[in-house]
Amino acid sequence: MIKTGGLTKRFGSVAAVDRVDLQVVDGDIYGFLGANGSGKTTTVRMLLGLVLATSGDIEIFGRPMPRAAATVLPRIGALVEGPGAYGHLSGRANLLLDDASGRPSARGPRRDRQRRVDAVLEQVGLGAAGAKPVRAYSLGMRQRLGLAGALLREPELLVLDEPTNGLDPQGIGEIRKLLLELNAGGTTIFLSSHLLAEVEQLCTRVGVLDRGRLVLQEELATLRAPTGRVLVRSPDAPAIAGELGALVEHRSGCELAVRCADPADLNATLVERGYRITELLIERRTLEQTVLAATEPGADSGPPP
Amino acid sequence: MIVVEIRKLFRRPRTWFTIGLLDLLPTIVAVLLAITHIGPRPGEGPAFLSAVLTNGSLFAVAALAIVLPLFLPIAVSVVAGDAIAGEAQGGTLRYLLIRPVGRTRLLVAKLAATFVFVAVAVLVVAITGFVAGRLLLGDQPLSAAVTSVSGSTLSPGQVAWRIAISVVYVVLSMLGVAAIALFLSTMTDSPLSASLGALAALVGSSLLLTLDAAHSLQPYLPTRYWLSFVDLFRDPILWRNVLRGVGLQCLYVAVFLGAAWANFTTKDVTS
Repeated sequence: MIKTGGLTKRFGSVAAVDRVDLQVVDGDIYGFLGANGSGKTTTVRMLLGLVLATSGDIEIFGRPMPRAAATVLPRIGALVEGPGAYGHLSGRANLLLDDASGRPSARGPRRDRQRRVDAVLEQVGLGAAGAKPVRAYSLGMRQRLGLAGALLREPELLVLDEPTNGLDPQGIGEIRKLLLELNAGGTTIFLSSHLLAEVEQLCTRVGVLDRGRLVLQEELATLRAPTGRVLVRSPDAPAIAGELGALVEHRSGCELAVRCADPADLNATLVERGYRITELLIERRTLEQTVLAATEPGADSGPPP
Repeated sequence: MIVVEIRKLFRRPRTWFTIGLLDLLPTIVAVLLAITHIGPRPGEGPAFLSAVLTNGSLFAVAALAIVLPLFLPIAVSVVAGDAIAGEAQGGTLRYLLIRPVGRTRLLVAKLAATFVFVAVAVLVVAITGFVAGRLLLGDQPLSAAVTSVSGSTLSPGQVAWRIAISVVYVVLSMLGVAAIALFLSTMTDSPLSASLGALAALVGSSLLLTLDAAHSLQPYLPTRYWLSFVDLFRDPILWRNVLRGVGLQCLYVAVFLGAAWANFTTKDVTS
C-alpha cells in the first residue's frame, strides 16, 4: 500500500528524514511513532507530495509519488498537522468547496455532493454544528471537520497526523471507534502520533522514527509477545525466592520475576507448596519500553521537524 | 477550479468591503464637487474632473482616474497577495494540494479569480461614478455632445464606447500588479508581506517615473501607461501608449506568472 525506499529529506546540511524504508500493508492500522521533531510530519508531507524528497522513492498503491499524484491522491484522505478551514464559512460550506476543488476527475460527483457532505458530517459527530461558521468551532470540532474532509471521498487509505489532537477523552473514544469501523470496512490507516497509548490501542503495526531514522518496524503483536518471564507478587516472596533459586531473575520487595515457560505450572507448584499468591502475570514488554529502548533520549534536541 | 476560486473570493465579506471602499472615494469627490461647484482648472487635478461639472456622465471616467493611481492597486495587491499566502497561513493550502488540485492549476485559478475581482471592482466604480455624476453633477442630457480632450466634439455614442474601452484598459492595467503580488504570494506564508511587497514595487515604479535620470527605464515600469486611457478621449484616439500599456502588462504577467510557477511547483509546502 505504502512503500518507501531510502526516503531522505535534507534541510540544508541536516537530514530531517534519513533513509527511511516504510512498508505499510493493505488493511493495516499502521502506527507511526516518534518524538516531536523526529521527522514524522516531514515524512507524511513527502508521502502526500507536499514536501519533495531529496532522494529515495515513494510508492503508493504501487504507483510512484509524487509523479502519479493526480491518480493516487484522490484515493487518499488525509489530515496533516491540524485541520485547515475557512473561518468565515460554515463547516458544511467548507466541505462543499473542498469537494468541488480539483480537476474534474478528482472531484466528487456533483449530483450527490450535498448528501455525501451531510453523511460525513454525521459520521464525525458534527451533524448539528455543520451550519455554524468554523470561526465559532472549538479545537475539537475543527479536528472533527478535518477528519470529515479526509473521509469525503471514501478513501482506501487514510493518512492521519495526530488525529485526536485537541479532543476530549470522550471524543478520542468516538474517533477510535470510527477508525476501527473504517478499518474493518477495508480502509488502510496510517496514523502518525506521539501518543504511545493511542497507538497501542489501535494499531496492528508500528514504525518508530528517531531523529529521522526508522529504528523499528514490526507487528505490534510481535513487540508485545511474552518475554518468557512471569511476574509473581506474594507476601511469601523471600521464601519463594529461596525455593526457586536461579529461576528468580529479579526481586524487589514482594515482587518476583521468574523465568518460566508455563505460568500455569508455576502457579500450581507454588500453591501446592503452601505459598500465598496475590498476583501472577505473564510479563510482556509495553510499547513504551520497546520504543524507549529503540530510541535515544532527547530527540527534541535533534534535527528540526 | 476557476469557478471554485471565484466563488471563494466573492463569498468573503472582505471582498465586498474592499469594493465598497473603492466606491467611497469617488462618491465623496462627487458630493464635494456638487456642493462647492469648485472644479479643478482644466489640466490640473485628476483627469476629467474639470469637465464633469457640465457633463455628469463623464464622472464615470473621472472616478476611474481617481481610484487608479493608488486605491485600485492597493485592492489588487491585497487580493492577489492573499491568493497563495493566505491559504498557507490559514492552513488550507495543504488540503487543497492533496485534494488534489495541481499547483499550476491553482495558480492560474487564483490569477483568474483576481482578474474577475478587478473587472467587477472597476465596473462597479465606473457605474457608481456614472450614477453619482448623473445625480449630483452637471445634468446635461445624455444626448448632448461632449468636448474631447483635443477640443473637438464627440457624440454620446462615441463617448459610450470610449468609456467601455477605458474600463477594459484599466482592468488590464492591473494585471501586472496582480502577477507581481501573486508571485510574492508564493514566496512567503504571510499575505501581508506579499501585498506590501507588490505595493513597494508600484511605489518604486511611480517614483522612478518622476526621475529624469531613470528616463531609459521608464517605458518598462509597470505604472508607466496607467493613465494613458486619457488618450482614448482624444480625437482621433491616440492608440500608441494604450497599446504599449497593454503589451507591457502582458509582459509583466508572463514574467511574474512564470516566476510564480517556477517557484511554487518546486516548493516544499510546510505551512
